Formats: sequence, C-alpha cells, structure tokens
Amino acid sequence: MKLWRRFFASFWTTLRQLPRRDTLSYPEQQPQLSRRWRGRPVLTRDADGEERCVACELCSAVCPTQCIALEGADRPDGRRFAESFRINFARCIYCGLCEEACPTLAIQLSPEFAFAQSERGDFVYSKEALLIDGPGKHPDYRYYDHAGVRIRALPPAPAVEPRSNLP
Amino acid sequence: MLIALQVLAMLATLLALLGLAGFLVFAERRVLALLQNRLGPNRLGPFGVGQALADAIKLLAKEDFVPRFANNWLYRGAPVLVAASALAGFAVLPLAPGVSWAGTWNIGLLLLLALSSLHVYGVFLGGWSSNNKFALYGAIRAVAQLISYELPLGLALLALVLLAGSLSLQGLGQAGSGLPLIVYQPLGFLVFAIAGVAETQRLPFDLAEAESELVAGYHTEYGGMRFGFFFLGEYLGLVLIAALIALLYLGAWSGPFLPACCWMLLKTALVILVFFWMRASLPRPRYDQLLHWGWNALLPLAILNLLLTALAAAWWGTP
Repeated sequence: MKLWRRFFASFWTTLRQLPRRDTLSYPEQQPQLSRRWRGRPVLTRDADGEERCVACELCSAVCPTQCIALEGADRPDGRRFAESFRINFARCIYCGLCEEACPTLAIQLSPEFAFAQSERGDFVYSKEALLIDGPGKHPDYRYYDHAGVRIRALPPAPAVEPRSNLP
Repeated sequence: MLIALQVLAMLATLLALLGLAGFLVFAERRVLALLQNRLGPNRLGPFGVGQALADAIKLLAKEDFVPRFANNWLYRGAPVLVAASALAGFAVLPLAPGVSWAGTWNIGLLLLLALSSLHVYGVFLGGWSSNNKFALYGAIRAVAQLISYELPLGLALLALVLLAGSLSLQGLGQAGSGLPLIVYQPLGFLVFAIAGVAETQRLPFDLAEAESELVAGYHTEYGGMRFGFFFLGEYLGLVLIAALIALLYLGAWSGPFLPACCWMLLKTALVILVFFWMRASLPRPRYDQLLHWGWNALLPLAILNLLLTALAAAWWGTP
C-alpha cells in the first residue's frame, strides 16, 4: 500500500512542476547576475580618472593559467603604470584570484560573460580593450591615499612601544 | 492503376508514420521539459515544432559509420529490423471501422505479438553484433525483459479475445464500442498497460538502454540514421502500444460528437501523454526487481485475470 502511495505521489510531484519555469529564453531575457558575478576582468580607474594599475605583476603571478601579461614603466611624476596589459581570455578561467591579489583594486571581474569569438587570436585583449572609464565596485578607493609616493611627504608615525601592544 | 494508387497510399501512410515519430520525439522533449521546470526546444517554427525536422536532417547528414570490430551485416540489418517490425504493426491497426490496411484480418492480434517478438531480435542482434560489452549487456537485458513481460501481455490479451470472440483488431475494437472493455477488465488493463510499457522499453522500463549504467545500452555503437532507426522503432512502438490500449480497453473509436477516427486519435494521444508523464515521474527499477515483478506479480495476476474472465464468461456469457 505504501508503494502505491509513493507511486502516485511521484506523478503528483512532477505535475506540480507544470507552472514553474527555471529556464530563461536567453537572448531575449537576460539573467539577473549578482554583483559579485565573476565574468570578464576589466581594469578600472579611480574617482579622479587615473589608472589604478601600478604594474606590480601580482595578478600575473597569481594567475593559475598564466593568461595575464603586462609590462610596467615609470611616469614622469614617479608613479608606476602598466605600459602594456594583455589578457588571453582563451585561457582565463574566471577564478578571480587576480582581483583578490590586486593591491590597488585595479583589476576587477565584471558581470560580462557572453563574448564568444571565432578566432583564437581575438581572445587576446589589449590594455585599451580592458581599461574602462569607471571605478568599478569600489568607487572611493584611491591607492595613493594609503600608500605609494605620497606617503614620503607625511610625517613619520611615532615608533610603537612593543610592550604596550600586549593583551 | 489501382495498384499504383494503393502503393502511393501506402507510401503516404509510411511518410505520415515517420513524421509522427519525429513529431513525438519533439513532443516528448517539450512535455518532459514542462514537467521538469524547463522550456525544451522552442526555437524553430511555432512552439519549436521545426526541431523534429532539424533532428531528422541532422541524423540523415551524419556519417554512415560501421565500427571495425562490429559484425558488418548484422550491424547494418538490426536497425532496419527494429524500424520495420514497428512500422509493419500499423498495417493491422484500424483508425476507425474500415479505415485500415488489414484491420479485419482474422489474425491481426497474433501478427502484432509476433512483430513485437521480431522487434526484440532487432534489438538483440544490434547489441550483439556491435561487439561491445555495454551493448551486449543492454541486448541481454532487453531479451530477458521482453520474454518476461510478453507472457503477461499475451495472457491479458487472451482474456480480451475471450470476451470479444475475435482476433482481428477491428472486431476487438467493435466489442468495446458499447461499454469500454476496461470496465470488464480492470485487472487485465493494469497488466496490459504495465507489460505494454515494458514492451516498448521506455522509462521506467528502459533497462536495455539505461544511460546511467550502460552508456546507451544496445545502441551504444550506433550513430547517424542507424541510431535514428532504433529511435524510430522505439517511438512507433510507443504509438502502437498506446493505440492498442485505446483500441482494446478505452472503447476504441466510440465517443459522442466527433467522428470515429478523431476519438481514436484523441484517446491514443492521451495515453501517449500519460506515458510521457510516467517517464518524467518514475525511476528505473533495479534489474532483479524488474524480473521479479514480471514473473512473480504480473504473470500470476494475468493468469488470475484470465481464469476469472473465463469463469465469468461461462457463467454470464460474453457481453
């Protein structure tokens, strides 16, 4: 008897799914992606419109597929910047480690996920293609407020007495 | 002239059946999708009906490939046997009184049973000639399953024949045109429906295919239109069993307002829909459970049903 009840219960279970739809008709209906969606990485600028990237190569070092290649150079005012910045999206796995490694929040993963190409070479994005105008996820963050060349102009902080740090 | 017309009409029937099989593949995908929170193929044509045509073109355009290790002739012949045996069954199936190729033939039901046995040969030879262990497992399962479930199927039909006094499908349909025979044969209907689904080797009885265990079962090594023939056989077999259930138990073509063939098609479509629904709902049983059910539950039930029917027919006479 229990078997029969289960037998009909399974029919009822599937019938209840009739009005529900989880699938989207994709090109017409766009999915609602979360803000932390890991899509194509971009290079952001800070609020002043300056490039955030300081060409430290931490992203390139941490990248598990080694798809990031960049060359750093010095600007006339002494700041570092990326002279060239290439990401090969044919290799990128959108793990987001570059974003986590970046000390200046320059490289960030955007929600863009649909960018198919018919040539492998077209997957190599240059710096012009990667750089966006906006600040991305952290609009107010400026790396040079906290570190970098400006810090030399600030008065040195008083030395820390180690014993005062005890719990 | 008359012969040419007849050949043309036969070709038209054949094409209609092939089209029906293609449409059913599409319809099943849509219905399953609806029951599984999905949308299914909905791009090509209205509601995605064009998907059936696209699938056919894809299958036909594929490479005709025979594995080096396969037994060439059996490998090539098996899908044809499966498709042909399923197609031939429709010759004796009446759509309405008089609308059939051989619906009045006095051994129509026997022919159907024989063809369903022939269908197993196609499946078995296909699996065996592939020279692949998964295909062989699938084929062995198919044979064991078909043998186990053909007995209750035949016995359930025997009780019907006893009531209707005819082996022609038209005679059987006419016997049920008053009160549907399911009223006299509830147990027989149950046995026939379960054994019928097992005959078509569809879920939940698709142990011969069993994708999760046997790759694709007996047609593991098949591709292109040869695979398409197996598919064709499966879906035409489904239509055949559904039409038989409608014809034998659900009162055939009788019904108010609509013409006879409409009722027949409507009832068949309803049974097919229930088959699709069942596929979405039920899990596949274990192999020993399947055989256990066939021999220890279904067969005694079928024999009991036959005995009761015979006693009742002797006592009160046939309807």
